[in-house]
Amino acid sequence: MNPWDEFVSRLAAGATLLSLWGEPERVHLALLDGGAIRHLARDCPDHRYPSLGARFAQAIRLERSARDLYGLDPVGLADRRPWLDHGAAPHAYPFLPVEGEALHQIPVGPVHAGIIEPGHFRFTCDGETVVRLEARLGYVHRGVERLMAGAALAAAAKLAGRISGDSTVAYALAFAQAVEAALGVSPPPRAIWLRAIMAELERLANHLGDIGAICNDGGFSLMLSHCAILRERVLRAADACFGHRLMMDRVVPGGVAVDLASKGISALGALIAELHARFPALVTLYDLTASLQDRTNGTGILHADLARRFGAGGVIGRASGRDFDARRSPGYAPYDALAFTVPVLGEGDVNARIWIRIKEVEQSLGLLRQLLASLPPGAIATDLPSGPAGEGMALVEGFRGDIFLWLAIADGRVRHCHARDPSWLQWPLLEAAIEGNIIADFPLCNKSFNCSYAGHDL
Amino acid sequence: MRKTILQGLLRRPLSEPPLALDDPDIVTLARDLDLVSQRKLGRGLSIRAIDAGSCNGCELEMHALGNAFYDLERFGLRFVASPRHADVLAATGIVTRNMREALLRTYAAMPHPKWVVAIGACARDGGLFAGSPVCEGGIGAVLPVDLWIAGCPPTPRDLLEGFLTLLQPRTAAVGSSRGEKSGRLAER
Repeated sequence: MNPWDEFVSRLAAGATLLSLWGEPERVHLALLDGGAIRHLARDCPDHRYPSLGARFAQAIRLERSARDLYGLDPVGLADRRPWLDHGAAPHAYPFLPVEGEALHQIPVGPVHAGIIEPGHFRFTCDGETVVRLEARLGYVHRGVERLMAGAALAAAAKLAGRISGDSTVAYALAFAQAVEAALGVSPPPRAIWLRAIMAELERLANHLGDIGAICNDGGFSLMLSHCAILRERVLRAADACFGHRLMMDRVVPGGVAVDLASKGISALGALIAELHARFPALVTLYDLTASLQDRTNGTGILHADLARRFGAGGVIGRASGRDFDARRSPGYAPYDALAFTVPVLGEGDVNARIWIRIKEVEQSLGLLRQLLASLPPGAIATDLPSGPAGEGMALVEGFRGDIFLWLAIADGRVRHCHARDPSWLQWPLLEAAIEGNIIADFPLCNKSFNCSYAGHDL
Repeated sequence: MRKTILQGLLRRPLSEPPLALDDPDIVTLARDLDLVSQRKLGRGLSIRAIDAGSCNGCELEMHALGNAFYDLERFGLRFVASPRHADVLAATGIVTRNMREALLRTYAAMPHPKWVVAIGACARDGGLFAGSPVCEGGIGAVLPVDLWIAGCPPTPRDLLEGFLTLLQPRTAAVGSSRGEKSGRLAER
């Protein structure tokens, strides 16, 4: 059996598709198989390869994108529509046909009614009930892969940190880990610890913001007000520790760009104490507000089978029974030296996604405390060797789920870099989760997923 | 719930004192911008946010403006849902080819008089994404920009200062806490 067919048979046997991406005249495939990442590149001098999407739905949009970006044709894929490239006639996009006398369609976006990223949602409804949602994305396609190709490592690291701004630490970490794997260097222990502190701060800030925002979309703004205060506290602590509220450009290949001073350590101590004092009351508030519970329980159910088949990462997967966290498996330092649990629930509704976030806030606080207590002394960065070529991969757990990044380095520059946001495998599931719900619950469902537009559109 | 609300009432407010827009180390904005906008707008400003190709970092900080610390509504500033209700278009990101049309239509839907505030490094000249073959360039490549707020992303303080300059009678200006100067775009 040739390697490609072997990969496909592993997928059929239950391995998780991490990503599928293109390069000029080459297609790449990465799987998570038995806890290990497996990567395969296949030359396509004729720009053709057998489609995976024809059998595995999670690959469809990845294949459509590789066709848009590199002209690689997935032979056998029925969906011939472009995805990231809206072309010269953006209005001519053919949405999937819907038939039925009682049905009506509601187009929403790309510009939404709030401070939200752009994307188009085409709802088909029967009365108030959504019978189909089809998303059209790609509006914020900035050409990240093309800008990465040929970029110096430092410039590419900055770009990676702006693939999805809310996950800037996780992306910078994934990029740095992939560079370090390609060049065969390891960052000093203190840098590894500081990276984890930043990653957990980012997770805290986003989860706190999301918990509040989901409740707000259920019409309960009190939670948003209080959660937004806690989120702001996290961002201010991050600013005090690392000199940037979102910690952009603080994780760099080889280590980190700034050290944590004693002032920062005391700011983190105060933050942990504040969150411990305030957060439990908000959890109780959420749990005891019947009108809000009525909105979140049983709403937007994502079935465990779909979450598993798509390899849905992060909160979305874990709220639908997928017991996976990249910090634990395949795992990376320093999490192997820290104690934490990965919360998993089976209900798959909005309520479950809120509860996973609540439990992860608690876990991140515990991790921060351990990280501060065991912070090693020493250097915060190591020099990168100049010259060598190589390929590297990383799988990093951001707040949204596992970010997969693959890159090839030649002559001290990025030859090619592909980053797969967790949203790639989550957006299609939103379309399944909303089915049969009333359209008024879409904001609630959408926010509980909180997929990235920028991270997906690249 | 009652307890949470009561505690909120009894605690000291978290809102920070209003900004003093008199930092000398900043670019001076053209006086006519202030006078015109103040005369037209009075003390209120309705802002319509649009992401033309941002990484969503700027959006996060615009969201933060609504929290109890910055509380932008006490200054008469509010984000509105429709461009038809807006005085100001707050545009972030490099303009992607795929968003060009939506950006133009959003601007066209706003009633006169209207202003465009470009937010963040990408909105000025594309920032790190400048030169991308699938992008048009900064907001100024597509729309007439009146004010640029610097930063990657600008902090909520930077954003507040920027929006408030549209309302202040004095000749005020915008500075970024990150060193780079905001201001009225030269090409305008």
